[in-house]
Amino acid sequence: MKGTNLGEFEELVLLTIAALASEAYSVAICDELEKHTGRAAKLGVVHAVLNRLEEKGLAKSFLGEATNARGGKRKRYYEVTQAGKIALTNAREVREGLWRIIPDLNLGGAV
Amino acid sequence: MSLHPQPPRRAQQLLKWYCRPELAEDLQGDLYEFFERNLQRRGLRYARFIYWIDVLKFIRLYTLRAPNFYSFFTYTIMFNSYFKTSRRSLVRNKLFSAINIIGLSISMSVGLLMISFLSDLLSYDDFHEKKSRIYRINTSLQPTGQPSIELASGSVLAGKKIQETFPNVEQVTLLRRGFGGDAKVNETTLPLGGLWADASFFKVFTFPLLSGNPATALKNPYTIVLPEKTAQKLFGDTDVLGKSVRFDTTEYTITGVMKDIPKLSHLRFEALVSFASIELQKPDFDGGFMGWGNVFSNYTYIVLPENSSLETLQANLDKLCLSENKQLKNQQIQLSPQSLNSITIGNRLENTPGPTMNQITIWVLAGLVLVVILSACFNYTNLSIARSLRRAREVGVRKIIGAFKEHVLLQFITESVLISLMALLLAFLLFLVLRAQFLGLAPQLTEIVSLELSPKIILYFIGLSALVGIAAGFLPALFFARIKAIQVLKDASSVPLFRRVNLRKALIVVQYTFSLIFITTTILGYNQYKHFIVFDLGFSTENILNINLQGNKSEILRKELAEIPSLTDISTSRLVTSLGSVYGTMIKYQQPDDSSNIAQNYVDERYLPLHGHRLLAGQHFRPRAKSEESSEVIVNEQVIKRFNIGGGHPTKAIGEQIKTLDGKKFTIVGVVKDFHYRTVEHRIEPFVFFYSPNEGNLNLKINAKDLPATMAQIEAVWKHIDKVHPLDAHFYDDQIEEAYRQFSVIVKVIGFLAFLAVCIASLGLFGMVVFTTETKLKEISIRKVLGANEPSLVYFLSKGFLGLLVLSAAIALPSTYLLFDKLVLTQFAYHQPIHFWELTVGFWAILLLAFVLIGSQTLKAARTNPANVLKNE
Repeated sequence: MKGTNLGEFEELVLLTIAALASEAYSVAICDELEKHTGRAAKLGVVHAVLNRLEEKGLAKSFLGEATNARGGKRKRYYEVTQAGKIALTNAREVREGLWRIIPDLNLGGAV
Repeated sequence: MSLHPQPPRRAQQLLKWYCRPELAEDLQGDLYEFFERNLQRRGLRYARFIYWIDVLKFIRLYTLRAPNFYSFFTYTIMFNSYFKTSRRSLVRNKLFSAINIIGLSISMSVGLLMISFLSDLLSYDDFHEKKSRIYRINTSLQPTGQPSIELASGSVLAGKKIQETFPNVEQVTLLRRGFGGDAKVNETTLPLGGLWADASFFKVFTFPLLSGNPATALKNPYTIVLPEKTAQKLFGDTDVLGKSVRFDTTEYTITGVMKDIPKLSHLRFEALVSFASIELQKPDFDGGFMGWGNVFSNYTYIVLPENSSLETLQANLDKLCLSENKQLKNQQIQLSPQSLNSITIGNRLENTPGPTMNQITIWVLAGLVLVVILSACFNYTNLSIARSLRRAREVGVRKIIGAFKEHVLLQFITESVLISLMALLLAFLLFLVLRAQFLGLAPQLTEIVSLELSPKIILYFIGLSALVGIAAGFLPALFFARIKAIQVLKDASSVPLFRRVNLRKALIVVQYTFSLIFITTTILGYNQYKHFIVFDLGFSTENILNINLQGNKSEILRKELAEIPSLTDISTSRLVTSLGSVYGTMIKYQQPDDSSNIAQNYVDERYLPLHGHRLLAGQHFRPRAKSEESSEVIVNEQVIKRFNIGGGHPTKAIGEQIKTLDGKKFTIVGVVKDFHYRTVEHRIEPFVFFYSPNEGNLNLKINAKDLPATMAQIEAVWKHIDKVHPLDAHFYDDQIEEAYRQFSVIVKVIGFLAFLAVCIASLGLFGMVVFTTETKLKEISIRKVLGANEPSLVYFLSKGFLGLLVLSAAIALPSTYLLFDKLVLTQFAYHQPIHFWELTVGFWAILLLAFVLIGSQTLKAARTNPANVLKNE
C-alpha cells in the first residue's frame, strides 16, 4: 500500500465524510462537496477517491438498507476510521504550523 | 414500476457485466439517483444519454471484474460435447452443410490469394537491415502552368549536395539507371543491364558480398560488381574476383561478387558499375550531367540515424530547392523523402526503378474480396437462423442442465469456427489452383510476386478462417443464446421461426446487390476494353510488324529485308506510338514567351504513308541522306490550333515556321489529321513528326498469305546481322492489346469475383428456397386441396424472393451506372457511351438463374400429393 499521505481532494472527501456523519454515501458526498467548494464534483472522481481511502484504511464502508428511491439498490455508507482521524488531524497541524510562521499575509483586500 | 422511465437496459447490463459484484449494487444505485435527477431537470433522452456516458466512464481498473478462469475451464471440458453435437448436426443436414462449406471455401480461397498477394507486397525489401531508416529522395517537377510530374528519380546535383552538406544523414548513395550493353568475356557475349552505384551502396542496402570488400568495391572507376547469377552466366563460375568484363571498348574489373538479389526487392540489376565510371564519362545530354534540372536518370537513397526527424530533413530539402530553383526558368523542383516501406505499395510515380503497385487498386481489390467472403458468411448466418428449430431443443436441454447464455454463445461460435476450418482445407486446394491461374493472367505479375507459402502465411490463413467463422456464426449464436428453455421444451412450434425474417431478407438483398454490381461492372468493363483495342486510332496498324533494332544499324537490315517479297513497305521510327509512352520537346511559334511541351516522334519518309496517316494539307517528307540536316516537320491539327498558325487552317499553315528552345527553326511541310498517339485515357494534344532516316524501330508492312514463312525469313535475316540478341518483333495490333493488358487483367479479376459472388448468392438463395418450401409444405398441400393450381402455387412461393431480387436490382443498377458514368469512364477521354442492355443483361441472367432455382424447388413442392403430406398429421 502507498503511504497514508493525504492528497488535497482526498482530504476534502474525508472531511466531508466526517461532516455528514451517518448520512455519508457517495451521492450525498458529491452534493456536499459541491455546496462547500463551489466546484462540480464528478461522481466518477469521488467514487475513485472513496475507493482509494478505503484501500488506505482511512475510511470504511457498509451497505445500508434497500430503499425505493434508488431503484431498490442499497446505499454504501462511509465513516472515518481511527487512522483517518489521525491523518486529518496531522494534515491540519501541518497547515496551522505553516500559517503560524507566515509573518504577514496581505490579500490586498481581495477577501 | 414499468410505467416509470428506467435507465437504458443495455447500459445496466454492461455495468453489471464488467463491474466487480461488491461494487456493482452501490454504483447502480448512485447512477440511478443521477438518472432521476437528470430526468427531472432535462428530460428522458438526456438522462439516458448521461447514464450511458457514466457507465462507460466507470470502466476503470478498480471497478473491473477479474476474468473468470473457472468458466474457461468448463468450456474446455465441454468442448468434446460441442464437437459431437456439431458433427451430428452437420451430418444430419447434408445439403445445408454442403452449401455452407462450399460457399465458405470458395470465398476463402480468394481471400487466401489476397492474403498471400498482400503479404508479398508488404514484405518487399525486408532483407535490408536498415529498411525502416532508408528513404528515397523523390522529385516533383512543376512546369509553370502545367500539372506537375512526380518522379522517383532526381538530379545528381541534389544527391551530391545532400551527401556533402546535409547534417544528420547517416549514409547517402547515388544510383543511376541505364547502364547496359553487351558484356564480352573471351568468347561469351551477353547483353546485360544494370545500375551505376557509388561506394556507399553497400552501406545503405544489405546485399551480402560473396567475395570482395563492400567498402571499396565500387570506389574506383571502371569497377563492376556482379550477382552470382550473372557471374555464372558469363564465366560459368562465381570465383571471378579481379577478372575483367568488356563492354564495347571499355574494360571493367570485377571487384565483388554478390549473392543473388532476393525476388522481393525493388532494386533489380544484372550488374553494378561504380558511379565513378559514369562521372569520368561525363554524359552531357539533357542540360548537363550536373544540371539541377536533369532529374530523370538518377536516384538518391539515404539512411537517417535512429530517432531523427523527417521534418528537419524536409526543411533542409526545401532550403536546398529554394536556392537551386533560381537557376531554372519556367519550372520548379520540389524534393521529398519517401520511406522504403511505402515504395512498393504507393502512389503513382514516374521512373520508378522497380515494380510498384497502385495503392487504390489494391484496396479496391481487397474490398471486393471482402464482399465475396461476407456474402458466404451471410449464407451461413441465414441458413443457421432459418433452421434453428431443430437445434432449439438441444439448446433448451443444455440450458436446463445449467448452461449459461455465454456457454451457448461459445458453443455455436465454436461450431461455426470448426466448419470454417473444415472449409479452409477445401479452400486451400482451390487456392493452389487459383494461384497458378492468377499468375498466368499477366507475365508482369510473376515478376512482382511469387505467392509462395511460408509458416507465417499459413498462420494468416488459419487466422482468416477463424475470423470468417466468428463473423458467420456470431448472429446465429446470439439467436440461440437468447432462446428461453421452458418455452422451447413446452412447445417447440412456439419458437419464433420467422422472427428474424427482415434481417434475412436484408442479407439476401445485400448479397444480390453486390453480385449485380460485380456482374454489370464486368460486362461494362469488358465492352469498353474490346472497344479500346479495336479503337480507330486515326491510322492503320493492320499487318504492321515492329522490330526493335536493339542498337543495330537500320540500313543494312533494311537492305536485306527488302529482298523478302511479302514485305510491301518498310519505314523507321524512334517511337512506336499509342502504346503508352510519349516523348516531348518544348516548341514555340512567333511569340517568344509562349512555349509548350509537345509530343514528338522521329520518322522517315515512308512512315506516314505506311501507317495510312491522312494528310490534310501539304506533302510527306522528302527522302534525305543521313548527313543532310532536315528542317521539315509535319504537325497534327492540334499544333496549328494551339499556336493559331495560319488562323487554324491547315492549308495556310504550310510554310510557317516553328522553333525549338535551342533556336532551331522548322518549316511545316504537312498537316496530318489528328490521331491517337497515347492510350485512350488521354485527349489528343499537339504532336510533331520530325524527320530522321535512322531510328530504333523498323516498321514492316506485311502482305503475306503464308505468315509463318515470312516470319521465318525475317528471323533468318536478323540472325545473319545480329548473332547475340534474339529478334524482338511484335505485330502492332498485339502491342496495342498488350498496352491495355492491365485493363484486361482487372476486368478478368472482377469478372471472376462476379462469378464467385453470383455462385455464392445463388447457393444461399437455393438453401433458403429449399427451407421455405419444406416448412410450407403443409400450407401448400392445404391450398392444393382447396383448389389452387400449380402455376399459382409457384407464384405464391416465389414472389417473395423475386421481389427481393428486383429490389437489389433497383439498388445495384443505378449505382453501377453512376459509378461508371461519373467515376470510371471519366478517366478515359475516349470511351463508348453506356448502353442500356449492358446494364440489364446481368440482371436478366441472374433473374433467370434464380427463377430456375426457385421454380424447380417450388414446382417439386407443388407437385407432391397433398394426401401424403396431410395424412401424417
